[in-house]
Amino acid sequence: MTLLQRLENSRNALGLLFLLPAAALLLFFLTYPLGLGIWLGFTDTKVGRAGVWVGLENYEYLFGDSVARLSLFNTVFYTAVASVVKFVLGLWLALLLNKHMPFKAFIRAIVLLPFIVPTALSAIAFWWIYDAQFSVISWTLMKMGLIDRYIDFLGDPWNARFSVIAANVWRGVPFVAICLLAGLQTISPSYYEAASLDGATPWQQFRFVTLPLLTPIIAVVMTFSVLFTFTDFQLIYVLTRGGPLNATHLMATLSFQRAIPGGSLGEGAALAVAMVPFLLAAILFSYFGLQRRAWQQGGKD
Amino acid sequence: MSQQAGAEQPADTQGMNYLVSSQRKLATLYLPLAAFLFVLLFPFYWMSVTTFKPNEELLSREGNPFWVTNPTLAHIKKLLFDTAYPEWLWNTILISVTATFLSLLCSVLAAYAIERLRFHGSRYVGVSIFLAYLVPPSILFIPLARVVFELGLFDTRLALILTYPTFLIPFCTWLLMGYFRSIPFELEECALIDGATRWQILSKIILPLAVPGLISAGIFAFTLSWNEFIYALTFISSSESKTVPVGVVTELVEGDVYHWGSLMAGALLGSLPVAILYSFFVEHYVSGMTGAVKE
Repeated sequence: MTLLQRLENSRNALGLLFLLPAAALLLFFLTYPLGLGIWLGFTDTKVGRAGVWVGLENYEYLFGDSVARLSLFNTVFYTAVASVVKFVLGLWLALLLNKHMPFKAFIRAIVLLPFIVPTALSAIAFWWIYDAQFSVISWTLMKMGLIDRYIDFLGDPWNARFSVIAANVWRGVPFVAICLLAGLQTISPSYYEAASLDGATPWQQFRFVTLPLLTPIIAVVMTFSVLFTFTDFQLIYVLTRGGPLNATHLMATLSFQRAIPGGSLGEGAALAVAMVPFLLAAILFSYFGLQRRAWQQGGKD
Repeated sequence: MSQQAGAEQPADTQGMNYLVSSQRKLATLYLPLAAFLFVLLFPFYWMSVTTFKPNEELLSREGNPFWVTNPTLAHIKKLLFDTAYPEWLWNTILISVTATFLSLLCSVLAAYAIERLRFHGSRYVGVSIFLAYLVPPSILFIPLARVVFELGLFDTRLALILTYPTFLIPFCTWLLMGYFRSIPFELEECALIDGATRWQILSKIILPLAVPGLISAGIFAFTLSWNEFIYALTFISSSESKTVPVGVVTELVEGDVYHWGSLMAGALLGSLPVAILYSFFVEHYVSGMTGAVKE
Protein backbone atom coordinates (compact mmCIF):
# COMPACT_ATOMS: atom_id res chain seq x y z
CA MET A 1 0.00 0.00 0.00
CA THR A 2 1.28 3.41 -0.87
CA LEU A 3 1.16 6.26 1.61
CA LEU A 4 -1.67 7.89 -0.34
CA GLN A 5 -3.83 4.78 -0.20
CA ARG A 6 -3.20 4.39 3.50
CA LEU A 7 -4.19 8.01 4.01
CA GLU A 8 -7.40 7.45 2.08
CA ASN A 9 -8.35 4.50 4.23
CA SER A 10 -7.61 6.10 7.57
CA ARG A 11 -10.64 7.93 8.90
CA ASN A 12 -8.59 9.88 11.37
CA ALA A 13 -5.95 11.13 8.95
CA LEU A 14 -8.44 11.93 6.21
CA GLY A 15 -10.78 13.53 8.72
CA LEU A 16 -8.09 15.86 9.96
CA LEU A 17 -7.05 16.66 6.39
CA PHE A 18 -10.63 17.59 5.44
CA LEU A 19 -11.00 19.63 8.60
CA LEU A 20 -7.77 21.51 8.05
CA PRO A 21 -8.95 24.54 5.96
CA ALA A 22 -11.93 25.32 8.22
CA ALA A 23 -9.93 24.71 11.39
CA ALA A 24 -7.02 26.87 10.24
CA LEU A 25 -9.28 29.83 9.42
CA LEU A 26 -11.31 29.51 12.60
CA LEU A 27 -8.35 28.99 14.90
CA PHE A 28 -6.46 31.94 13.47
CA PHE A 29 -9.31 34.43 13.00
CA LEU A 30 -11.69 33.34 15.77
CA THR A 31 -10.07 31.41 18.61
CA TYR A 32 -6.83 33.39 18.64
CA PRO A 33 -8.57 36.81 18.57
CA LEU A 34 -10.92 35.62 21.32
CA GLY A 35 -7.93 34.87 23.53
CA LEU A 36 -6.16 38.02 22.41
CA GLY A 37 -9.25 40.05 23.32
CA ILE A 38 -9.27 38.65 26.84
CA TRP A 39 -5.57 39.41 27.17
CA LEU A 40 -5.99 42.95 25.75
CA GLY A 41 -8.61 43.57 28.42
CA PHE A 42 -5.88 43.19 31.04
CA THR A 43 -3.48 45.63 29.34
CA ASP A 44 -3.40 49.36 28.64
CA THR A 45 -2.84 48.90 24.89
CA LYS A 46 -3.50 51.95 22.73
CA VAL A 47 -3.63 52.16 18.94
CA GLY A 48 -0.01 52.06 17.74
CA ARG A 49 1.44 51.31 21.18
CA ALA A 50 1.89 47.88 22.69
CA GLY A 51 0.52 47.87 26.22
CA VAL A 52 1.69 46.38 29.47
CA TRP A 53 -0.18 44.14 31.88
CA VAL A 54 -2.30 46.22 34.24
CA GLY A 55 -4.35 43.46 35.83
CA LEU A 56 -7.93 44.39 36.62
CA GLU A 57 -7.35 48.13 36.25
CA ASN A 58 -9.54 48.45 33.12
CA TYR A 59 -12.39 46.65 34.81
CA GLU A 60 -12.03 48.74 37.98
CA TYR A 61 -12.03 51.91 35.89
CA LEU A 62 -15.08 50.81 33.89
CA PHE A 63 -16.91 49.86 37.06
CA GLY A 64 -16.44 53.39 38.37
CA ASP A 65 -17.24 54.98 34.99
CA SER A 66 -20.80 56.31 34.92
CA VAL A 67 -21.01 56.06 31.11
CA ALA A 68 -20.00 52.38 31.17
CA ARG A 69 -22.57 51.65 33.90
CA LEU A 70 -25.21 53.52 31.92
CA SER A 71 -24.33 51.43 28.85
CA LEU A 72 -24.83 48.24 30.88
CA PHE A 73 -28.23 49.49 31.99
CA ASN A 74 -29.10 50.48 28.40
CA THR A 75 -28.03 47.10 27.05
CA VAL A 76 -30.07 45.14 29.59
CA PHE A 77 -33.09 47.41 29.13
CA TYR A 78 -32.81 47.30 25.33
CA THR A 79 -32.44 43.51 25.28
CA ALA A 80 -35.19 42.82 27.80
CA VAL A 81 -37.84 45.08 26.27
CA ALA A 82 -36.99 44.29 22.64
CA SER A 83 -36.87 40.52 23.26
CA VAL A 84 -40.20 40.38 25.06
CA VAL A 85 -41.92 42.50 22.39
CA LYS A 86 -40.28 40.47 19.60
CA PHE A 87 -41.44 37.24 21.20
CA VAL A 88 -45.05 38.34 21.67
CA LEU A 89 -45.42 39.95 18.23
CA GLY A 90 -43.40 37.18 16.55
CA LEU A 91 -45.55 34.43 18.05
CA TRP A 92 -48.70 36.30 17.08
CA LEU A 93 -47.48 36.80 13.52
CA ALA A 94 -46.46 33.14 13.30
CA LEU A 95 -49.95 32.05 14.42
CA LEU A 96 -51.50 34.36 11.80
CA LEU A 97 -49.23 33.07 9.04
CA ASN A 98 -50.03 29.49 9.98
CA LYS A 99 -53.69 30.03 9.07
CA HIS A 100 -55.08 29.35 5.63
CA MET A 101 -55.37 32.44 3.43
CA PRO A 102 -54.95 33.55 -0.18
CA PHE A 103 -51.37 34.33 -1.35
CA LYS A 104 -49.99 32.47 1.69
CA ALA A 105 -46.58 31.73 0.19
CA PHE A 106 -46.17 35.29 -1.10
CA ILE A 107 -47.10 36.86 2.23
CA ARG A 108 -44.71 34.57 4.11
CA ALA A 109 -41.94 35.53 1.69
CA ILE A 110 -42.34 39.32 1.99
CA VAL A 111 -42.68 39.18 5.77
CA LEU A 112 -39.03 38.22 6.00
CA LEU A 113 -37.81 41.25 4.00
CA PRO A 114 -36.84 43.39 7.04
CA PHE A 115 -34.52 40.59 8.13
CA ILE A 116 -32.95 40.18 4.66
CA VAL A 117 -31.87 43.72 3.84
CA PRO A 118 -28.73 45.15 5.43
CA THR A 119 -29.57 46.50 8.88
CA ALA A 120 -27.36 49.53 8.39
CA LEU A 121 -29.41 50.51 5.33
CA SER A 122 -32.84 49.95 6.86
CA ALA A 123 -31.60 51.88 9.91
CA ILE A 124 -31.00 54.85 7.60
CA ALA A 125 -34.64 54.62 6.52
CA PHE A 126 -35.61 54.68 10.19
CA TRP A 127 -33.33 57.65 10.76
CA TRP A 128 -35.33 59.55 8.13
CA ILE A 129 -38.64 58.31 9.56
CA TYR A 130 -37.52 59.55 13.00
CA ASP A 131 -36.22 62.90 11.70
CA ALA A 132 -36.98 65.72 14.14
CA GLN A 133 -38.30 68.14 11.48
CA PHE A 134 -39.69 65.99 8.69
CA SER A 135 -40.75 62.77 10.41
CA VAL A 136 -43.64 61.15 8.57
CA ILE A 137 -44.97 59.74 11.86
CA SER A 138 -45.15 63.23 13.36
CA TRP A 139 -46.76 64.53 10.16
CA THR A 140 -49.48 61.88 10.31
CA LEU A 141 -50.13 62.37 14.01
CA MET A 142 -50.32 66.14 13.49
CA LYS A 143 -52.87 65.77 10.70
CA MET A 144 -54.90 63.43 12.90
CA GLY A 145 -54.75 66.08 15.59
CA LEU A 146 -53.16 63.80 18.17
CA ILE A 147 -50.07 65.94 18.83
CA ASP A 148 -49.46 69.67 18.51
CA ARG A 149 -45.75 69.68 17.68
CA TYR A 150 -43.28 67.34 16.03
CA ILE A 151 -41.92 64.56 18.23
CA ASP A 152 -38.19 64.67 18.90
CA PHE A 153 -37.70 60.92 18.43
CA LEU A 154 -33.93 60.71 18.73
CA GLY A 155 -33.18 63.88 20.69
CA ASP A 156 -34.75 63.00 24.03
CA PRO A 157 -33.19 60.15 26.07
CA TRP A 158 -36.32 58.06 26.66
CA ASN A 159 -37.80 58.77 23.24
CA ALA A 160 -34.51 57.68 21.70
CA ARG A 161 -34.41 54.46 23.75
CA PHE A 162 -37.90 53.47 22.65
CA SER A 163 -37.25 54.54 19.06
CA VAL A 164 -34.20 52.29 18.68
CA ILE A 165 -36.09 49.45 20.40
CA ALA A 166 -38.91 49.88 17.87
CA ALA A 167 -36.44 49.68 14.99
CA ASN A 168 -34.85 46.57 16.51
CA VAL A 169 -38.24 44.94 16.98
CA TRP A 170 -39.13 45.76 13.38
CA ARG A 171 -36.06 43.90 12.20
CA GLY A 172 -36.33 40.97 14.64
CA VAL A 173 -40.03 40.09 14.48
CA PRO A 174 -39.83 38.42 11.02
CA PHE A 175 -36.98 36.18 12.19
CA VAL A 176 -38.85 35.06 15.31
CA ALA A 177 -42.11 34.65 13.37
CA ILE A 178 -40.70 32.56 10.52
CA CYS A 179 -38.72 30.30 12.88
CA LEU A 180 -41.76 29.75 15.13
CA LEU A 181 -43.89 29.17 12.01
CA ALA A 182 -41.55 26.32 11.08
CA GLY A 183 -42.20 24.90 14.55
CA LEU A 184 -45.97 25.39 14.26
CA GLN A 185 -46.05 23.50 10.96
CA THR A 186 -44.72 20.38 12.65
CA ILE A 187 -47.72 20.25 15.03
CA SER A 188 -50.30 17.84 13.67
CA PRO A 189 -53.85 19.26 13.15
CA SER A 190 -55.22 16.08 14.76
CA TYR A 191 -54.32 17.47 18.17
CA TYR A 192 -56.48 20.51 17.55
CA GLU A 193 -59.32 18.33 16.29
CA ALA A 194 -59.12 16.17 19.38
CA ALA A 195 -58.99 19.26 21.59
CA SER A 196 -62.02 20.90 19.97
CA LEU A 197 -64.01 17.67 20.20
CA ASP A 198 -63.24 17.75 23.91
CA GLY A 199 -64.69 21.26 23.98
CA ALA A 200 -61.48 23.26 24.28
CA THR A 201 -61.78 26.98 23.47
CA PRO A 202 -59.28 28.53 21.02
CA TRP A 203 -57.38 30.02 23.97
CA GLN A 204 -57.24 26.60 25.70
CA GLN A 205 -56.05 25.01 22.45
CA PHE A 206 -53.27 27.57 22.27
CA ARG A 207 -52.38 27.27 25.94
CA PHE A 208 -52.45 23.47 26.27
CA VAL A 209 -51.58 22.23 22.77
CA THR A 210 -49.61 24.86 20.84
CA LEU A 211 -47.51 26.35 23.61
CA PRO A 212 -46.19 23.12 25.18
CA LEU A 213 -45.29 21.65 21.78
CA LEU A 214 -43.62 24.89 20.73
CA THR A 215 -41.62 25.45 23.94
CA PRO A 216 -38.38 23.76 22.76
CA ILE A 217 -38.14 25.85 19.59
CA ILE A 218 -39.15 28.99 21.45
CA ALA A 219 -36.21 28.43 23.80
CA VAL A 220 -33.74 28.20 20.92
CA VAL A 221 -35.17 31.07 18.86
CA MET A 222 -35.31 33.40 21.82
CA THR A 223 -31.77 32.52 22.83
CA PHE A 224 -30.55 33.55 19.39
CA SER A 225 -32.70 36.65 19.52
CA VAL A 226 -31.34 37.66 22.93
CA LEU A 227 -27.80 36.96 21.74
CA PHE A 228 -28.14 39.19 18.66
CA THR A 229 -29.97 41.92 20.53
CA PHE A 230 -27.50 42.04 23.39
CA THR A 231 -24.54 42.41 21.03
CA ASP A 232 -26.34 44.77 18.63
CA PHE A 233 -24.20 47.45 17.08
CA GLN A 234 -25.32 48.59 13.63
CA LEU A 235 -28.71 49.98 14.52
CA ILE A 236 -27.41 52.17 17.34
CA TYR A 237 -24.33 53.26 15.42
CA VAL A 238 -26.45 54.47 12.50
CA LEU A 239 -29.42 55.91 14.39
CA THR A 240 -27.89 57.69 17.37
CA ARG A 241 -24.17 56.85 17.75
CA GLY A 242 -25.02 56.30 21.42
CA GLY A 243 -26.57 59.73 21.98
CA PRO A 244 -28.37 61.75 23.25
CA LEU A 245 -26.28 62.03 26.44
CA ASN A 246 -25.18 58.38 26.01
CA ALA A 247 -28.78 57.33 26.59
CA THR A 248 -28.69 54.70 23.86
CA HIS A 249 -25.06 53.60 24.15
CA LEU A 250 -24.93 49.80 24.26
CA MET A 251 -21.85 47.96 25.49
CA ALA A 252 -20.94 47.08 21.90
CA THR A 253 -21.17 50.66 20.62
CA LEU A 254 -19.34 52.03 23.65
CA SER A 255 -16.54 49.51 23.23
CA PHE A 256 -16.25 50.52 19.56
CA GLN A 257 -16.15 54.19 20.48
CA ARG A 258 -13.50 53.73 23.16
CA ALA A 259 -11.35 51.36 21.09
CA ILE A 260 -11.43 52.57 17.49
CA PRO A 261 -11.99 56.34 17.35
CA GLY A 262 -10.83 56.69 20.98
CA GLY A 263 -7.79 54.48 20.52
CA SER A 264 -7.97 52.70 23.90
CA LEU A 265 -7.90 49.12 22.65
CA GLY A 266 -7.45 47.70 26.16
CA GLU A 267 -10.45 49.48 27.60
CA GLY A 268 -12.64 48.61 24.60
CA ALA A 269 -11.61 44.95 24.81
CA ALA A 270 -12.43 44.89 28.53
CA LEU A 271 -15.90 46.24 27.77
CA ALA A 272 -16.41 43.58 25.11
CA VAL A 273 -15.23 40.83 27.46
CA ALA A 274 -17.67 42.10 30.09
CA MET A 275 -20.49 41.04 27.74
CA VAL A 276 -19.36 37.39 27.80
CA PRO A 277 -20.98 36.34 31.12
CA PHE A 278 -24.36 37.48 29.82
CA LEU A 279 -23.88 35.62 26.57
CA LEU A 280 -22.90 32.47 28.46
CA ALA A 281 -26.06 32.74 30.51
CA ALA A 282 -28.08 32.91 27.27
CA ILE A 283 -26.32 29.86 25.82
CA LEU A 284 -26.87 27.82 28.97
CA PHE A 285 -30.53 28.75 28.79
CA SER A 286 -30.65 27.36 25.24
CA TYR A 287 -28.77 24.23 26.31
CA PHE A 288 -31.35 23.41 28.96
CA GLY A 289 -34.11 24.16 26.48
CA LEU A 290 -32.65 21.56 24.13
CA GLN A 291 -32.23 19.07 26.95
CA ARG A 292 -35.88 19.44 27.72
CA ARG A 293 -36.79 18.67 24.12
CA ALA A 294 -34.71 15.49 24.13
CA TRP A 295 -36.36 14.48 27.38
CA GLN A 296 -39.84 15.15 26.00
CA GLN A 297 -39.17 13.02 22.97
CA GLY A 298 -37.89 10.16 25.10
CA GLY A 299 -34.30 10.47 23.84
CA LYS A 300 -31.32 9.97 26.11
CA ASP A 301 -28.69 12.00 24.28
CA MET B 1 -49.40 8.09 18.35
CA SER B 2 -47.37 10.68 16.56
CA GLN B 3 -46.84 8.34 13.62
CA GLN B 4 -50.56 7.87 13.21
CA ALA B 5 -51.08 11.59 13.32
CA GLY B 6 -48.37 12.07 10.74
CA ALA B 7 -50.00 9.56 8.40
CA GLU B 8 -53.33 11.33 8.48
CA GLN B 9 -51.85 14.76 7.99
CA PRO B 10 -51.74 14.96 4.18
CA ALA B 11 -55.42 14.09 3.89
CA ASP B 12 -56.64 16.86 6.17
CA THR B 13 -54.28 19.76 6.73
CA GLN B 14 -57.04 22.24 7.46
CA GLY B 15 -58.39 20.56 10.56
CA MET B 16 -61.64 22.17 11.69
CA ASN B 17 -60.94 25.63 10.24
CA TYR B 18 -64.10 25.51 8.14
CA LEU B 19 -66.06 26.12 11.33
CA VAL B 20 -64.65 29.64 11.67
CA SER B 21 -66.99 32.29 10.26
CA SER B 22 -65.70 34.79 7.72
CA GLN B 23 -66.47 37.86 9.87
CA ARG B 24 -64.52 36.40 12.71
CA LYS B 25 -61.71 35.59 10.31
CA LEU B 26 -61.61 39.21 9.19
CA ALA B 27 -61.20 40.48 12.75
CA THR B 28 -58.77 37.84 14.01
CA LEU B 29 -56.75 37.16 10.89
CA TYR B 30 -56.90 39.71 8.06
CA LEU B 31 -56.91 42.94 10.04
CA PRO B 32 -53.97 42.08 12.32
CA LEU B 33 -52.08 40.60 9.39
CA ALA B 34 -52.66 43.75 7.32
CA ALA B 35 -51.37 45.86 10.22
CA PHE B 36 -48.24 43.68 10.50
CA LEU B 37 -47.58 43.87 6.76
CA PHE B 38 -48.07 47.63 6.73
CA VAL B 39 -45.55 48.22 9.52
CA LEU B 40 -43.03 45.69 8.18
CA LEU B 41 -43.12 47.03 4.62
CA PHE B 42 -43.60 50.74 5.26
CA PRO B 43 -39.86 51.59 5.63
CA PHE B 44 -39.21 50.09 2.19
CA TYR B 45 -42.03 52.10 0.68
CA TRP B 46 -40.69 55.19 2.39
CA MET B 47 -37.19 54.49 1.11
CA SER B 48 -38.46 54.18 -2.46
CA VAL B 49 -40.69 57.26 -2.31
CA THR B 50 -37.89 59.39 -0.88
CA THR B 51 -35.48 58.19 -3.56
CA PHE B 52 -37.62 59.73 -6.31
CA LYS B 53 -38.67 62.90 -4.47
CA PRO B 54 -37.13 66.22 -5.47
CA ASN B 55 -35.53 68.17 -2.60
CA GLU B 56 -38.30 70.83 -2.51
CA GLU B 57 -40.86 68.13 -1.74
CA LEU B 58 -38.58 66.40 0.76
CA LEU B 59 -38.03 69.51 2.82
CA SER B 60 -41.57 70.83 2.89
CA ARG B 61 -44.28 70.08 5.39
CA GLU B 62 -46.99 70.97 2.91
CA GLY B 63 -48.65 68.50 0.60
CA ASN B 64 -48.96 64.77 1.01
CA PRO B 65 -45.62 63.22 2.01
CA PHE B 66 -46.78 59.71 1.05
CA TRP B 67 -46.71 60.45 -2.65
CA VAL B 68 -44.36 62.02 -5.20
CA THR B 69 -45.78 64.74 -7.40
CA ASN B 70 -42.68 65.38 -9.53
CA PRO B 71 -40.56 62.23 -9.52
CA THR B 72 -36.88 62.78 -10.22
CA LEU B 73 -33.85 60.60 -10.89
CA ALA B 74 -31.47 63.30 -9.64
CA HIS B 75 -30.64 61.46 -6.38
CA ILE B 76 -29.77 58.22 -8.17
CA LYS B 77 -27.73 60.13 -10.73
CA LYS B 78 -25.83 61.95 -7.99
CA LEU B 79 -25.21 58.65 -6.21
CA LEU B 80 -23.90 56.84 -9.28
CA PHE B 81 -21.81 59.64 -10.78
CA ASP B 82 -20.74 61.94 -7.95
CA THR B 83 -19.92 59.43 -5.23
CA ALA B 84 -17.86 56.24 -4.99
CA TYR B 85 -21.09 54.20 -4.79
CA PRO B 86 -20.37 52.01 -7.87
CA GLU B 87 -17.01 51.10 -6.32
CA TRP B 88 -18.65 50.19 -3.00
CA LEU B 89 -21.16 48.05 -4.87
CA TRP B 90 -18.38 46.26 -6.72
CA ASN B 91 -16.41 45.75 -3.46
CA THR B 92 -19.46 44.33 -1.74
CA ILE B 93 -20.17 41.90 -4.58
CA LEU B 94 -16.54 40.80 -4.79
CA ILE B 95 -16.12 40.36 -1.03
CA SER B 96 -19.47 38.60 -0.52
CA VAL B 97 -18.99 36.17 -3.42
CA THR B 98 -15.40 35.29 -2.51
CA ALA B 99 -16.08 34.92 1.21
CA THR B 100 -19.14 32.77 0.47
CA PHE B 101 -17.27 30.39 -1.84
CA LEU B 102 -14.30 30.15 0.50
CA SER B 103 -16.61 29.36 3.41
CA LEU B 104 -18.65 26.83 1.42
CA LEU B 105 -15.50 24.99 0.36
CA CYS B 106 -14.15 24.80 3.92
CA SER B 107 -17.58 23.90 5.31
CA VAL B 108 -18.30 21.07 2.88
CA LEU B 109 -15.01 19.38 3.74
CA ALA B 110 -15.41 19.98 7.47
CA ALA B 111 -19.05 18.88 7.59
CA TYR B 112 -18.28 15.70 5.65
CA ALA B 113 -15.37 14.92 7.94
CA ILE B 114 -17.41 15.49 11.10
CA GLU B 115 -20.60 13.81 9.96
CA ARG B 116 -19.37 10.93 7.79
CA LEU B 117 -15.71 10.14 8.43
CA ARG B 118 -16.47 10.20 12.15
CA PHE B 119 -12.83 10.47 13.06
CA HIS B 120 -11.65 10.33 16.63
CA GLY B 121 -13.14 13.29 18.50
CA SER B 122 -15.45 14.40 15.68
CA ARG B 123 -18.31 14.93 18.13
CA TYR B 124 -16.32 17.50 20.08
CA VAL B 125 -15.32 19.28 16.89
CA GLY B 126 -19.02 19.43 15.93
CA VAL B 127 -19.94 20.98 19.26
CA SER B 128 -17.11 23.51 19.09
CA ILE B 129 -18.23 24.53 15.58
CA PHE B 130 -21.65 25.24 17.05
CA LEU B 131 -20.10 27.25 19.89
CA ALA B 132 -18.07 29.23 17.34
CA TYR B 133 -21.37 30.18 15.71
CA LEU B 134 -22.44 31.79 18.98
CA VAL B 135 -19.41 34.12 19.20
CA PRO B 136 -20.73 37.54 18.17
CA PRO B 137 -18.61 39.84 15.96
CA SER B 138 -19.06 42.71 18.41
CA ILE B 139 -16.76 41.05 20.95
CA LEU B 140 -14.22 39.98 18.31
CA PHE B 141 -13.65 43.11 16.26
CA ILE B 142 -11.08 44.81 18.53
CA PRO B 143 -8.58 41.93 18.73
CA LEU B 144 -9.31 41.05 15.09
CA ALA B 145 -8.43 44.61 14.09
CA ARG B 146 -5.02 44.03 15.64
CA VAL B 147 -4.57 40.69 13.89
CA VAL B 148 -5.57 42.26 10.57
CA PHE B 149 -3.18 45.15 11.17
CA GLU B 150 -0.25 42.92 12.03
CA LEU B 151 -0.83 40.82 8.91
CA GLY B 152 -0.56 44.02 6.86
CA LEU B 153 -4.12 43.54 5.60
CA PHE B 154 -5.55 46.70 7.13
CA ASP B 155 -7.67 48.70 4.66
CA THR B 156 -7.71 45.89 2.06
CA ARG B 157 -10.61 43.83 0.76
CA LEU B 158 -8.67 40.69 1.65
CA ALA B 159 -9.08 41.58 5.34
CA LEU B 160 -12.86 41.18 4.98
CA ILE B 161 -12.64 38.11 2.72
CA LEU B 162 -10.56 36.35 5.40
CA THR B 163 -12.54 37.49 8.45
CA TYR B 164 -16.10 36.94 7.17
CA PRO B 165 -15.58 33.14 7.18
CA THR B 166 -15.31 33.33 10.98
CA PHE B 167 -19.09 33.63 11.16
CA LEU B 168 -19.88 31.98 7.81
CA ILE B 169 -18.00 28.68 8.30
CA PRO B 170 -19.65 27.76 11.63
CA PHE B 171 -23.09 28.50 10.19
CA CYS B 172 -22.55 26.67 6.86
CA THR B 173 -20.86 23.68 8.51
CA TRP B 174 -23.66 23.32 11.02
CA LEU B 175 -26.29 23.51 8.27
CA LEU B 176 -24.47 21.08 5.95
CA MET B 177 -23.93 18.59 8.78
CA GLY B 178 -27.71 18.36 9.03
CA TYR B 179 -28.05 17.79 5.29
CA PHE B 180 -25.31 15.17 5.15
CA ARG B 181 -26.93 13.34 8.06
CA SER B 182 -30.10 12.89 5.99
CA ILE B 183 -28.26 11.10 3.15
CA PRO B 184 -28.43 7.31 3.68
CA PHE B 185 -25.21 5.58 4.70
CA GLU B 186 -26.00 2.72 2.31
CA LEU B 187 -25.21 4.85 -0.74
CA GLU B 188 -21.74 5.46 0.60
CA GLU B 189 -21.21 1.82 1.56
CA CYS B 190 -22.13 0.68 -1.98
CA ALA B 191 -19.63 3.12 -3.44
CA LEU B 192 -16.94 1.98 -1.01
CA ILE B 193 -17.52 -1.64 -2.03
CA ASP B 194 -17.25 -0.62 -5.67
CA GLY B 195 -13.84 0.81 -4.85
CA ALA B 196 -14.60 4.54 -4.80
CA THR B 197 -12.26 6.73 -2.78
CA ARG B 198 -13.58 9.10 -0.13
CA TRP B 199 -12.98 12.04 -2.43
CA GLN B 200 -15.01 10.38 -5.20
CA ILE B 201 -17.82 9.63 -2.74
CA LEU B 202 -17.90 13.25 -1.60
CA SER B 203 -17.78 14.79 -5.06
CA LYS B 204 -19.95 12.29 -6.98
CA ILE B 205 -22.50 11.08 -4.43
CA ILE B 206 -22.80 13.37 -1.44
CA LEU B 207 -22.50 16.77 -3.10
CA PRO B 208 -25.08 16.17 -5.88
CA LEU B 209 -27.53 14.97 -3.23
CA ALA B 210 -26.80 17.93 -0.98
CA VAL B 211 -27.37 20.62 -3.64
CA PRO B 212 -30.43 22.11 -1.84
CA GLY B 213 -28.34 22.36 1.31
CA LEU B 214 -25.48 23.97 -0.58
CA ILE B 215 -27.84 26.55 -2.08
CA SER B 216 -29.36 27.29 1.35
CA ALA B 217 -25.96 27.72 2.94
CA GLY B 218 -24.67 29.77 0.00
CA ILE B 219 -27.63 32.16 -0.13
CA PHE B 220 -27.60 32.66 3.61
CA ALA B 221 -23.84 33.18 3.70
CA PHE B 222 -24.05 35.66 0.82
CA THR B 223 -26.69 37.79 2.54
CA LEU B 224 -24.79 37.64 5.84
CA SER B 225 -21.64 38.96 4.17
CA TRP B 226 -23.57 41.56 2.20
CA ASN B 227 -25.12 42.83 5.43
CA GLU B 228 -21.95 42.72 7.54
CA PHE B 229 -21.16 46.06 9.11
CA ILE B 230 -18.86 46.15 12.12
CA TYR B 231 -15.80 44.44 10.55
CA ALA B 232 -16.13 46.49 7.37
CA LEU B 233 -16.41 49.66 9.46
CA THR B 234 -13.36 48.81 11.59
CA PHE B 235 -10.94 47.28 9.07
CA ILE B 236 -11.48 49.62 6.11
CA SER B 237 -10.68 53.31 6.15
CA SER B 238 -10.23 54.48 2.57
CA SER B 239 -13.33 55.30 0.58
CA GLU B 240 -12.52 53.15 -2.45
CA SER B 241 -12.33 49.90 -0.42
CA LYS B 242 -15.58 50.35 1.53
CA THR B 243 -18.66 48.17 1.22
CA VAL B 244 -22.14 49.56 0.50
CA PRO B 245 -23.55 49.58 4.08
CA VAL B 246 -20.44 51.25 5.50
CA GLY B 247 -20.01 53.61 2.56
CA VAL B 248 -23.58 54.86 2.72
CA VAL B 249 -23.41 55.40 6.48
CA THR B 250 -19.98 57.05 6.66
CA GLU B 251 -19.52 58.88 3.36
CA LEU B 252 -22.95 60.10 2.29
CA VAL B 253 -23.53 62.01 5.51
CA GLU B 254 -21.74 65.33 5.19
CA GLY B 255 -21.85 67.49 8.29
CA ASP B 256 -25.30 68.60 9.37
CA VAL B 257 -26.87 68.70 5.91
CA TYR B 258 -28.43 65.35 5.25
CA HIS B 259 -29.00 64.52 1.61
CA TRP B 260 -31.98 62.35 2.34
CA GLY B 261 -32.70 61.68 -1.32
CA SER B 262 -29.32 60.19 -2.12
CA LEU B 263 -29.09 58.48 1.29
CA MET B 264 -32.38 56.68 0.59
CA ALA B 265 -31.30 55.94 -2.98
CA GLY B 266 -28.12 54.37 -1.57
CA ALA B 267 -30.11 52.33 0.93
CA LEU B 268 -32.56 51.21 -1.74
CA LEU B 269 -29.92 50.21 -4.30
CA GLY B 270 -27.93 48.41 -1.59
CA SER B 271 -30.98 46.45 -0.45
CA LEU B 272 -32.29 45.50 -3.89
CA PRO B 273 -29.61 42.93 -4.84
CA VAL B 274 -30.16 40.84 -1.69
CA ALA B 275 -33.93 41.25 -1.94
CA ILE B 276 -33.94 40.06 -5.57
CA LEU B 277 -31.64 37.14 -4.80
CA TYR B 278 -33.84 36.25 -1.85
CA SER B 279 -36.98 36.34 -4.00
CA PHE B 280 -35.52 33.61 -6.23
CA PHE B 281 -34.50 31.34 -3.36
CA VAL B 282 -37.11 32.02 -0.66
CA GLU B 283 -37.60 28.35 0.19
CA HIS B 284 -33.87 27.68 0.41
CA TYR B 285 -33.30 30.76 2.52
CA VAL B 286 -36.09 29.91 4.95
CA SER B 287 -35.00 26.29 5.27
CA GLY B 288 -31.45 27.48 5.90
CA MET B 289 -32.56 29.91 8.59
CA THR B 290 -34.97 27.60 10.36
CA GLY B 291 -32.70 24.58 9.87
CA ALA B 292 -29.88 26.28 11.72
CA VAL B 293 -32.22 27.12 14.59
CA LYS B 294 -33.97 23.76 14.76
CA GLU B 295 -30.90 21.53 14.82
